[in-house]
Amino acid sequence: MSSIRYLLLVNRQGQTRLSKYYHENTARARAHTEAEIIRKCMSRPANVCSFFPYEGHKVVYRRYASLFFVVGVGKDENELSILEFIHCLVEVLDTYFENVCELDIMFNMEKVHYILEEMICNGYVVDSNKKNILFPLMLMEELDR
Amino acid sequence: MAMFRRSLADMVRGIRANKKDEHKFIMKAIQEIKEEVKMPGKGAKVVAIQKLTYLHMLGYDMTWAAFNMIEVMSQESFGAKRIGYLAASQCFNEHTEVIMLATNLLKRDITSVNEYETGIALNALANICTPDLAQDLAADTLALVTSSRPYVRKKATLVLYKIFLRFPQALRPSFPRLKEKLEDPDPAVVSAAVNVICELARKNPKNYLPLAPIFFKLLTTSNNNWMLIKIIKLMGALTPLEKRLAKKLVAPLTDIMNSTPAMSLLYECINTCTVGLSEFTNVIRLCIAKLRLFIEDSDQNLKYLGLLALYNIMKTHPKAVLEHRDMVIFCLDDEDITIRQRALDLLTGMVTRRNLMEIIGKLMDKLDEAEGPYRDDLVRKVIEICSQDNYKYITDFEWYINVLMELTHIGRTAHGALIREQFMDVCIRVQVTRPYGVSSMITLLKDPRMVGENPEAGGMCEVLYAAAYIIGEFGSGSKQPKIVLEYLLQPLAASLPNHVQAVFVHNSLKVAAAAIKRQPAAAADILALMKARLPAFSHSTYLEVQERACLLLECVTLMENSPTPDVLAGELVAVFAEALNPVAAKAQKKVPVPAGVDLDAQINSPPPSDDEEDLYRRDDDDEGGDFWEGDRDEERRREKEWKKPKLSREEKRRQREQRKQRVASNPYYLGDSPVVRPEGLSEDEGEYGEVETLTADMLDMDGPLPPMEVDGRRG
Repeated sequence: MSSIRYLLLVNRQGQTRLSKYYHENTARARAHTEAEIIRKCMSRPANVCSFFPYEGHKVVYRRYASLFFVVGVGKDENELSILEFIHCLVEVLDTYFENVCELDIMFNMEKVHYILEEMICNGYVVDSNKKNILFPLMLMEELDR
Repeated sequence: MAMFRRSLADMVRGIRANKKDEHKFIMKAIQEIKEEVKMPGKGAKVVAIQKLTYLHMLGYDMTWAAFNMIEVMSQESFGAKRIGYLAASQCFNEHTEVIMLATNLLKRDITSVNEYETGIALNALANICTPDLAQDLAADTLALVTSSRPYVRKKATLVLYKIFLRFPQALRPSFPRLKEKLEDPDPAVVSAAVNVICELARKNPKNYLPLAPIFFKLLTTSNNNWMLIKIIKLMGALTPLEKRLAKKLVAPLTDIMNSTPAMSLLYECINTCTVGLSEFTNVIRLCIAKLRLFIEDSDQNLKYLGLLALYNIMKTHPKAVLEHRDMVIFCLDDEDITIRQRALDLLTGMVTRRNLMEIIGKLMDKLDEAEGPYRDDLVRKVIEICSQDNYKYITDFEWYINVLMELTHIGRTAHGALIREQFMDVCIRVQVTRPYGVSSMITLLKDPRMVGENPEAGGMCEVLYAAAYIIGEFGSGSKQPKIVLEYLLQPLAASLPNHVQAVFVHNSLKVAAAAIKRQPAAAADILALMKARLPAFSHSTYLEVQERACLLLECVTLMENSPTPDVLAGELVAVFAEALNPVAAKAQKKVPVPAGVDLDAQINSPPPSDDEEDLYRRDDDDEGGDFWEGDRDEERRREKEWKKPKLSREEKRRQREQRKQRVASNPYYLGDSPVVRPEGLSEDEGEYGEVETLTADMLDMDGPLPPMEVDGRRG
């Protein structure tokens, strides 16, 4: 089982804005997981830790504006490093979309996926350097036109 | 007719605008998409697949368009390819029929001259790699690992891991080249190689020990935190296999711990030191100092992880951790219950004979303000701390009895039984405390809140069980036996759980007998009291209580009718005089089996083998393919809970016949009545409780059958 099992961006109404799974799943299992996890994240008060155990693995999350960034990780994963990764992702999105907000993510779902592909592979973090991530993305933008 | 083609943005806007009938809107959009994929020309298909990918995220199936995705993937345009590959990454898997078509496509794209085309193809391969794809593309991917483009080298290296997972035979021939990448000029490629090797090494650390020197060099020269974290984790796994490695790690890890601003890296170092370098006290001291910074930080995450890591260190270095006792006690007030729980865990290991009373005192203080499950945690912890290692840290057992008495005042709790066990354990095993124990128990007994307020089994009333027993066993010197008896046999006691009542009744005999023997003059009074109170219990519906009460009434009558009740009482006292010592758990095993006795020999010949097991066989036909994985697990769980046999009607009929035959040949079965299952489930009962051949004899029992719960409904 890979270290990162899934990554979710969910808003406070429980609507999934982005989901990426690094293991096999079914539509039903996804819907169930996403609903339960967001319920748990939202019911936790502000002053508790940003991670909790869930169904044999750990969930690390952090809220940025109206979106919850949720990452499901294996039991041995370093939670602090995942939090740092989430922060890095937010910074990359912010630079790419110039002050990113939820709507950007909704209307540009594939772009966020492409960004993620430069950061995570096989469920493992491959790069957390903003420049390294954004550079090929910008070049690919050119190719896309 | 030219259709106005909706773009993805249009569709997203449409979904937002149709919040009330979102599903209907989406179904319509899917219909449009089905038309669009059939249209000639390239553009329509691309947009269609783009929209489908979005809908997939919302939970709508897109596997029907798999072939269309391949079409889009084969287009020349980079943008189109990317969209096609993304769609495939989200939904292709081993069962996708068209995945064979993807093989050549992938082969072509990963060997493209355009490094970004290669990149997107490799990304897709990483996501959808099946064993077949792995086998077919292993060689090509391996070739790319030595591409002139670092971007390609990096991605190819990463994909190798997925290929190894699906096609393990690829590992051996690829490994030399993978190893070379650890010294690639581009740091991103090095990081990729480290990634792959660390994952491989997790399963089999021993094989990667020879690579330790290279990793060591990377550890001291790199500043890529992610890579460092992986390497340090790996080192932690390798240190048990090579003692010299631990010694060499002291310097670099100390350096990193002292210089890095990244908390995640610091945390990883501390974990590895705890696991692999625990014999180097200086390093451990440094770790503890750093953990103190974690715990004192206002960030809840750091606090929690700090406490967790400190707990791990405590297992090997309890004394070093002891100095930070105050800080841990401070954490007991934290708002986050998980932090409080970690602090409690730590405290358990921090007690000594000298500080036990102080620590328990502090915990008892917290008990007043605590609520909910945390309160129960505290109760359990107090008892755990005091009773650990056979009460090693307790110097004054009367103090402990007071602590337990205080615990009984908190009212509702899940740990009534635990407190009961403690009272009994202490009074039974520590003889000198018995008099004090008895007087405390009498106080407890007289407390109207104990009996009246908490009558549920498992709650605080369990302590009364201990109270009655202790008073009965050790309270023979009691100065006011009549008053004690009045409390033991009070009418309210009939509302207690039956096992507690039984003990009350039984011990009243012990108290009465001891009193009468000592003071024959008081016999009449005592016997009259018992005769008045016992009938409330002898009419109890609980068998145990009823039996004891009746027995006692007989004893009372005997003594009443005897001219010398004190002699009879004396005999009873003799019965109870033998000390009941606790028996060690393993005592039975130590009893030697007498010569000539074979405990495994059959006494009677075994009955003909029942098909009992078949009835509990699960019917595997019920479980469909992998598609509803989540459901299947849930069903399995539910099945385990009920132990319901899942059989087809045919099977049930067959087994009914077999059973009828067995019944016919067995002289002990009565007539034609079918066998009744212990839970009240007749063998004839179908899925929903319909009973097929119920005879009048079966219905003729005392009272109705309890309604059977099927599928959560009473049926």
